[in-house]
Amino acid sequence: MTEVTERPDMDRRRLVSITAATLAGVTIAPGVVLQSLAGGKTPNQGVSSQVRWGMLIDTNKCADGCSACVEACNRENAIPSHGRPTTDPQWIRKVKLRDKMTGRVANLPMMCQHCEFPPCVDVCPTGASFRRADGIVMVDRHTCIGCRYCMMACPYKARSFIHENIEEHSVVAPRGKGCVESCNFCAYWLDRGAKTTACAQACAKAGHQAIIFGDLNDPESAIAKRLRELPTRQIRSELELNTGVRYAGV
Amino acid sequence: MKEMQFRELYCPPARYWTGLTGLAILMAMSFGTFLYLEHEGHWVTGMNNQVIWGLPHVFAIFLIVAASGALNVASIGSVFGGPLYKPLGRYSGLLAISLLIGGLLVLVLDLGRPERLIVAMTTYNFKSIFAWNIFLYTGFIVITLVYLWAMMERQAKTLTRPIGFVAFFWRLLLTTGTGSIFGFIVARDAYNSAVLAPMFIIMSFSYGLAFFIITLMSAYLWGDRKLGDLRLAKLKNLLGVFVGAVLFFNLVYHLTNLYIAQQHGIERFILLDGGPYTAMFWLGQILIGSIFPLVLIYAPKYQQSRYAIATASMLILVGGFCQIYVLLIGGQAYPLSLFPGYEVLQSSFYDGVVAAYSPSFWEAMLGVGGIAVALALVSIGARMLKVFPESLEDPDSLGPAH
Repeated sequence: MTEVTERPDMDRRRLVSITAATLAGVTIAPGVVLQSLAGGKTPNQGVSSQVRWGMLIDTNKCADGCSACVEACNRENAIPSHGRPTTDPQWIRKVKLRDKMTGRVANLPMMCQHCEFPPCVDVCPTGASFRRADGIVMVDRHTCIGCRYCMMACPYKARSFIHENIEEHSVVAPRGKGCVESCNFCAYWLDRGAKTTACAQACAKAGHQAIIFGDLNDPESAIAKRLRELPTRQIRSELELNTGVRYAGV
Repeated sequence: MKEMQFRELYCPPARYWTGLTGLAILMAMSFGTFLYLEHEGHWVTGMNNQVIWGLPHVFAIFLIVAASGALNVASIGSVFGGPLYKPLGRYSGLLAISLLIGGLLVLVLDLGRPERLIVAMTTYNFKSIFAWNIFLYTGFIVITLVYLWAMMERQAKTLTRPIGFVAFFWRLLLTTGTGSIFGFIVARDAYNSAVLAPMFIIMSFSYGLAFFIITLMSAYLWGDRKLGDLRLAKLKNLLGVFVGAVLFFNLVYHLTNLYIAQQHGIERFILLDGGPYTAMFWLGQILIGSIFPLVLIYAPKYQQSRYAIATASMLILVGGFCQIYVLLIGGQAYPLSLFPGYEVLQSSFYDGVVAAYSPSFWEAMLGVGGIAVALALVSIGARMLKVFPESLEDPDSLGPAH
């Protein structure tokens, strides 16, 4: 005869709890182990505002006719050319200038200036254009609706709209037709612990050292030291956007 | 004054269906264009990384600006108490909604990722004037629909005035928002001016009324109904005032720029040596869009001519289109001033040179589709709803105030 009681079946409860705990452990543990083995921060950890990534362009060192930075950027981010210069994307471009009064010629690369107060972020209706805590301004390709208002608002013409289907993708820089994109200081390099960008590395490799990349907030960084020595300026400084890219010699 | 009778606009079915079929063909072509653009990408259009917003945006902004202005006739009737305008209020509401929907469709169909419209409706950055505009546009449609209902529902007569007030202020906000899309852009010399918001409001008064007059005259011709001279003369005189006001705002805008050395480049470009933009400014906007209409409206010779009124309205629309083209495309074609004091010798991204832009057939097709949608909505609305008074003959006697 079975004993009828008010008490629930405790054995059964224990079995369910143990199973659940084991399942949870088996699911989560490998991730935790792998994450600790991989070291560093988790992808969800986010970036810190203690760092502000920036660039110093010394135009005196930027060589006429050299396009190492542009080529490196195109290679790194798989930016193709369709032979249609008006619609082909350009994250970085070389510009050659002549002082109207003195006739002095200067060369420099132009790219997203990673403003502290970026107009592209202000105008974006969905917030797809955003500024990371470490100063990098970039586009969230999942929420960009392709309205191009950020391109209208950018004072540096630093952004490109993707006008066609993309055939070749880089795993580190997913891109897609109908969205806007621009230089992101090779954020995926920085997120994996690197302290440079493709363009800065290529410029150094070409022997020019015209691009110095680093943490503007770290007084001991090479860029901070150089900025203390060299007179530099922001392009369109009158807009007071506090750009992350500074230029010397123009 | 006898009671005003409203009735659905009737015309022979053959005429109605032929007209509607024509519009449907245009809409289908426009939709086909949209599919083509989405499939190929925007490289098939004339737009590029320098001229970012092109002809579709000219159409869209033109229609949106005109939409808010079209509602003015209703506002004058129910908010400011103009008895001659009151019977026109219902149609004014219908036209306003139709033009806005037409304009918005063009804007949406030109997006790089139109399938993400839901993202735009659910994810907001409230610092963006575009995000505000999403609320201003949808709000306008809802408020105007309620307003239309209040004007048409006998039992809601008392609500007409308060809703009319709300609609009037909302439409002012809406056009302020549209003008501010440009007013808030610091990057480009042609924009970045607080005067653009009020200028867009007055532009909307002018284009909206011109649209209203032309479509009203067509509808009454179409439906063989009577339209009184006095009423038309009132509308016409108001139109003249608006055209003058747009000219005044233009004068202030350009004079201010001419006073600022930094702005001399863009002014020189628009007023003197901008090629097509200069031509569109002087010939399109000023001569065709302002001077000719003012002559047609105020010259004693044309006082009684309906043909003159219709022509003036058409010319105002042509001029208005040119004005938005010059501001939007001309403002982008003129190069950004990145390095003042320097001359750009070389750049792969067209720094320092006037950007080339030639609108493509596809862009025009998108825009024409927007106009077709607006006209189709008006035609169907007028056929199914009681928006037009059976007769708009001049009243026999007017009160002492009029």
